[in-house]
Amino acid sequence: MTKGSNAGVDRWRKFKNAFMIGLSVLSALVVIAPLFVIFGYTLSRGIGSVNLDFFIHMPKPVGETGGGMANAIVGSLMMVGIGGLIGLPIGIIAGVYLAEFGKNPFGAAVRFMSDVLSGIPSIVVGIVAYVIVVIPMKHFSGFAGSVALAILMIPTVTRTTEEMILLVPHSLREASLALGVPSWKTTIRVILPVATKGITTGVLLAIARAAGETAPLLFTALGNRFWSTSLNQPMASLTVFIYDYSKAPFTDWNNQAWAAAFVLICIVFLVNILFRLVTRSRYGIGNT
Amino acid sequence: MELATLEESATAAMENTTPGQPPISSIPHKMIAKDLNCFFGKTQAIRNVTLAIPTDQVLAIIGPSGCGKSTFLRSLNRMHEVAGGTLTGKVLLDGMDVYDSDPVVVRRRVGMVFQKANPFPTMSIFDNVAAGLRLNGTRNKNKIGETVERSLKQAALWDEVKDSLNKSGMSLSGGQQQRLCIARTLAVDPEVVLMDEPASALDPISTAKIEELIYDLKKNYTIAIVTHNMQQAARVSDFTAFFYMGELIEVDDTKTMFTAPQQKRTEDYITGRFG
Repeated sequence: MTKGSNAGVDRWRKFKNAFMIGLSVLSALVVIAPLFVIFGYTLSRGIGSVNLDFFIHMPKPVGETGGGMANAIVGSLMMVGIGGLIGLPIGIIAGVYLAEFGKNPFGAAVRFMSDVLSGIPSIVVGIVAYVIVVIPMKHFSGFAGSVALAILMIPTVTRTTEEMILLVPHSLREASLALGVPSWKTTIRVILPVATKGITTGVLLAIARAAGETAPLLFTALGNRFWSTSLNQPMASLTVFIYDYSKAPFTDWNNQAWAAAFVLICIVFLVNILFRLVTRSRYGIGNT
Repeated sequence: MELATLEESATAAMENTTPGQPPISSIPHKMIAKDLNCFFGKTQAIRNVTLAIPTDQVLAIIGPSGCGKSTFLRSLNRMHEVAGGTLTGKVLLDGMDVYDSDPVVVRRRVGMVFQKANPFPTMSIFDNVAAGLRLNGTRNKNKIGETVERSLKQAALWDEVKDSLNKSGMSLSGGQQQRLCIARTLAVDPEVVLMDEPASALDPISTAKIEELIYDLKKNYTIAIVTHNMQQAARVSDFTAFFYMGELIEVDDTKTMFTAPQQKRTEDYITGRFG
């Protein structure tokens, strides 16, 4: 082979390399582009209606302008929070079970059901929560909304927890067991801390998804135009307000819907950052 | 017990038994495996091995890859079952049936150092060494502090890390990490230390440090070390066992093994004709 043909092959190889790098960068940009578009558009449409009133006042009756969504902000936070308190521990512990003891038909069944559950439309989950909570209680309630959101969180958290635990090198488990540490303590004190970063990602995905759900809340928490922090009563939420206000024939309400969407995005963003800070590993080690 | 008399008794025992049969009864031993057969599913990794681990001595286990030496070692502190293996036969620790006891208790008395250094990545150097104590319920801060210092000194790592005990264990070099793991093992005060190729991933300088360490440790600990490195076996061990295809071919005091092995296969392996 002559030097000339080598140079040609080299050029072609370098071109292919540059082409593939370009393609990867382009795809990465396409991935983040929708977020910027959504955020930018929501910001431009909603920022005009975001003011102090929006955070501290109640919705005004039809016909009056101004007012805020204080009840919806608190309602969303409460239902996502309570839903998380119910759903996240169940999901994480079930994930630990699947990773540690799930190599049997029961584990395979749980894994499969969990995958199916994560694919079920959220409106169906809302109907389920309606049947198991709203009907026995005989009225809509914030608690029913929390249960619906909890059911939505469980499969994501279960499967991420399982996968993140399985990613922890087996050598760490062996090292701990060889020190005479019981198996359960090894899981809690050695394996889980290493998997924390990855599990946090799953938890955040679940919370963000729950915070953005409307359909399951329509059947359960219903919505409320008045101040109420009772889990036993219908409860307002940002998503239901967005749904109601965006299809209303009043420009002022439409603008407030945009503002609510913007505020919701900001809340999810802040919760993300907060969780990352809290669960950050001392040495920046762990699965992502 | 004097080393010389041990060697004599070992050699004497060898002469009285058929070749390849270990002189199990005459050496004071901390542990003994009797008629051990280890399996992974249907694959048999260890075939009918009877071998004693002499008290406060270093036993080297050599043999080609896949001969079952690691499996044998891991069967001694019930780590074999952690990898999903099964076995028949007996393992005794001071006469106590290891497979009739709580594995947690067995592993506290029989510690293990692995081929690849595996410090706990979320813990500091100090916490890594303290892990065994803390996870087993020790709360006394003074005791933990003293034990960490003692263990790091025993592992010849104290001088290098005493000013950075709060740094991540992962920030150390490979050789330091392995000594950290040895310190972690020593911190729970085991009676037996099993080492599975502890220096095979290290450079010659780190290897030399680990070997010196092993030499020092046998004053207080019974040690069994699996190694691929024949020179290492010759340097650090008092007794050497040669495994081949899951069988114990020969065991004797190290000098005899390397100068006048009884079995042709041992000689072939030691002289590098196969393996």
